[in-house]
Amino acid sequence: MDGIHDLGGMNGFGAVEVERDEPRFHEPWEARAFALNSLGLRQLGAYNVHEYRHAVERMDPAHYLAASYYERWFTAIATLLVEKGVVTLSELEARAGGRFPLSRPAAAVKPDFATQPPSPRFRPGAWVRVRERHPAGHTRAPRYVRGKRGAVVRVARAEELPDLAGHALPAHHETTYHVEFAAGELWSDAAEPRTSVVVDLWESYLDAAP
Amino acid sequence: MSGRGQHPAAPIGERVRALEEALAEKELVPEGFLEKRVDQAEENFDARNGARVVARAWIDPAYRARLLADGTAAAAELGFRAAGSDRLVVLEDSETVHHAIVCTQCSCTAWSVIGLPPDWYKSPAYRARLVREPRALLREMGLDLPDDVAVRVWDTSGETRYMVLPLRPMGTEGWSEERLAAIVTREALIGVARVTPP
Repeated sequence: MDGIHDLGGMNGFGAVEVERDEPRFHEPWEARAFALNSLGLRQLGAYNVHEYRHAVERMDPAHYLAASYYERWFTAIATLLVEKGVVTLSELEARAGGRFPLSRPAAAVKPDFATQPPSPRFRPGAWVRVRERHPAGHTRAPRYVRGKRGAVVRVARAEELPDLAGHALPAHHETTYHVEFAAGELWSDAAEPRTSVVVDLWESYLDAAP
Repeated sequence: MSGRGQHPAAPIGERVRALEEALAEKELVPEGFLEKRVDQAEENFDARNGARVVARAWIDPAYRARLLADGTAAAAELGFRAAGSDRLVVLEDSETVHHAIVCTQCSCTAWSVIGLPPDWYKSPAYRARLVREPRALLREMGLDLPDDVAVRVWDTSGETRYMVLPLRPMGTEGWSEERLAAIVTREALIGVARVTPP
């Protein structure tokens, strides 16, 4: 989805503040939220990591930006446990004593990845172009590389396709590639000199672009 | 979030407690499960692990070669096993290329060697800006790279996890592995700082 989570290249954000001697968790609830994800993912097996990422992406955009990292993390866990019928929203609201914001529902997607592509299709040095897809559901092809041409720098392992797994659909594994894009290709006249970005992309996201 | 016409949300701490209690009442939380997971995070996810990997690579050329060929296996040699199914790729800085890591779509990080990511890494500003204006952002963060050093930014968009192998600073010849590890920071492992002797 073309969501608020897909932040790469956006303008308008300010300085990056580094906190000295930052603790792992700032509040006790952050540690509990961290551990609750292990419970949902592994102990209960209620959802997979792709569904978890997509549940974060489905947060209301204003809530997403206002929330801390672990509040986003927690909102996704609670959303999935409600959607999977493990708990109900009304019992959560009653226990919390107030409104309990969850992520928006997932789009009903029918991803166009019916068959497994011949994998691996590209070799190091191959030129590829990222397909211009705008799915309503989960994907891991960031907007700023769609339609852009780059070169494969490493053929990485075959991984489950997030576009399917993120919707709990049966997902095949396919080769992922580390693809390098020159800054000029991505940002044209705004590009800084002698910079590039390497993005980790599934084979289904790519076309040959010799 | 308190949009128009909406009551304010219950405080986040209350919401977390509410979910935990709802799950506990259904007997879905094994005794000590959450505490054990937090303890595991405290014990295992630490940038000092990555610092030890870097220090070993600086003093042992054979280890360095193994690390660059297969980061997952070389980190495991020192006891640092990746969380879940993570694949570790180590990015070797040189006099002519500098690497920096980001995750623009969430905040994926190599927990086993870099630790749970710091707030600045997870901030929208870092995620938005590093891929577009790395030189300007790194300069703001205190790392002013000369124009003749190429900057390669790695966006953690898939399942590979990255760690930077920074340049060993001048003046550390003859230092022990432990002494070297002590000067390698989390920021250097992510690529927003260089390693400098104290």
